[in-house]
Amino acid sequence: MADYMKPRSLISITDFSRDEILHIMDLAAGFEAGIAADKRSVESTGKIAAAGGDKSSYKSGNCCGRLLEGKIVASLFFEPSTRTRLSFESAINRLGARVIGFSDATNTSVSKGESLHDTISVISSYCDMIVMRHTLEGAARYASEAASVPVINAGDGANQHPTQTLLDLYSIKKTQGTLGGLKIMMVGDLKYGRTVHSLLQAMSLFDTEFVFVAPPELRLPAEYRDFLDRKGLKYTELTELDGNLADVDILYMTRIQRERFNDPMEYERVKNVYVLRAEMLDDVRETMKVLHPLPRVGEIARDVDASPHAYYFEQAENGVYARMAIICYLLGVAK
Amino acid sequence: MGHDKTMEVRLIENGTVVDHIPPAALFKIIGIMGLDRDSEHRMTIGTNLESGRMGTKAIIKIADRYPVGHEIDRIALFAPEARVNTIRDFRVVEKRRVEVPSRIEGFVRCANPMCITNHQAVETAFEVVVSAGADSGTASSGVAPAAISGAKTGEISLKCRYCEKITSGKQMEVKK
Repeated sequence: MADYMKPRSLISITDFSRDEILHIMDLAAGFEAGIAADKRSVESTGKIAAAGGDKSSYKSGNCCGRLLEGKIVASLFFEPSTRTRLSFESAINRLGARVIGFSDATNTSVSKGESLHDTISVISSYCDMIVMRHTLEGAARYASEAASVPVINAGDGANQHPTQTLLDLYSIKKTQGTLGGLKIMMVGDLKYGRTVHSLLQAMSLFDTEFVFVAPPELRLPAEYRDFLDRKGLKYTELTELDGNLADVDILYMTRIQRERFNDPMEYERVKNVYVLRAEMLDDVRETMKVLHPLPRVGEIARDVDASPHAYYFEQAENGVYARMAIICYLLGVAK
Repeated sequence: MGHDKTMEVRLIENGTVVDHIPPAALFKIIGIMGLDRDSEHRMTIGTNLESGRMGTKAIIKIADRYPVGHEIDRIALFAPEARVNTIRDFRVVEKRRVEVPSRIEGFVRCANPMCITNHQAVETAFEVVVSAGADSGTASSGVAPAAISGAKTGEISLKCRYCEKITSGKQMEVKK
């Protein structure tokens, strides 16, 4: 199929411009408001208010459930996932579409040796959109070339996970009121963490100051430091977390991923190098929020959960609104 | 009469001379042009020859064969300083400098073992990134690839269209 005829997909965060990112933020806020209105309506009247037939009025509530009425979204998880898959499926259901797909490729034609190209070509004809996670890097871009419907990358190995980045951005904008001029501290696995790299790329569009906290083995790779240098963005590299949080707007914690280490001894050395505890948040800005793409292991102590600065569970909830926005934007049903 | 210890490298009447090849790139160029599988055309291959400009160089002379455009693009990837001269009636009728293309499709392997192109029958596709010192990094994402950081000016790397990882010049292998 010629490129100009291809439907729009979201494979990498760099596929979206600054304006498109801001547009997704507005759409997500609308969906959040709409769902909240639905919930209020159900609580007060026992049912969702009548839709009135105007699908574009989703921002005032009660129409989210009809926007994708009659559509089918294929959820193809070749690699296991909990949060991302259920968040997508929640978003699809809230929009009124139906979901087909699988959460494990073991019992599919893939296990018989079918190529990804053939699988995607066939499934394209069964649905209006594909949401896909795959272990191999580049699988999502390849799928978008084989598909006749939009493809959303829900993670392709260690490469890209753009919807995570957009929900991170939505969480930042929602809690800080803006994406511009903020100071973000990123902590943990800055070498391998795909969420860190994608968020850095996206936030570089918004005049951000960065602070990177990592052990030398997991330092931010040179190409990202060079990238920030060329863009003229200020950044600082630290190895200590405690005592450096005073003027930070967003603290983005990450898990040190055991699966990235060939040497178990090296993992043991760094796995608990940064643990955020509630008492470390005593002197931070009132509006500062702690984000984490989850799952956490030991890098955020349980006592942080009760802090007004903890935002990681709300962040996960924001994923539903951000994904509703992305789905509708790519399908052209919410302008 | 003693033995003649001079081997004659004959001029070619018609054909192509690929000159100014870095010796380290010679066997890659042979692979790209398929010369290792060519039993039809007469050819002379020399390497570690003296060169005023390069120190040492390699050269390939092939009779009655003329490389097509995509072959020349591919030569440029491994030997950006190479010259491709067309010979007719023992005379050089055309001298071409090779040009590094902006995109490469299908013949180089992605160095990332987890890339989809190394697991399924997918044609590789790369954006060619030429290091230009402080302003380097023309990758579409805007992030200078790992191989480019600290790379010498003019060094060529490839950014995979699929996995977005970088294959550096040293990692480039012709796909079998």
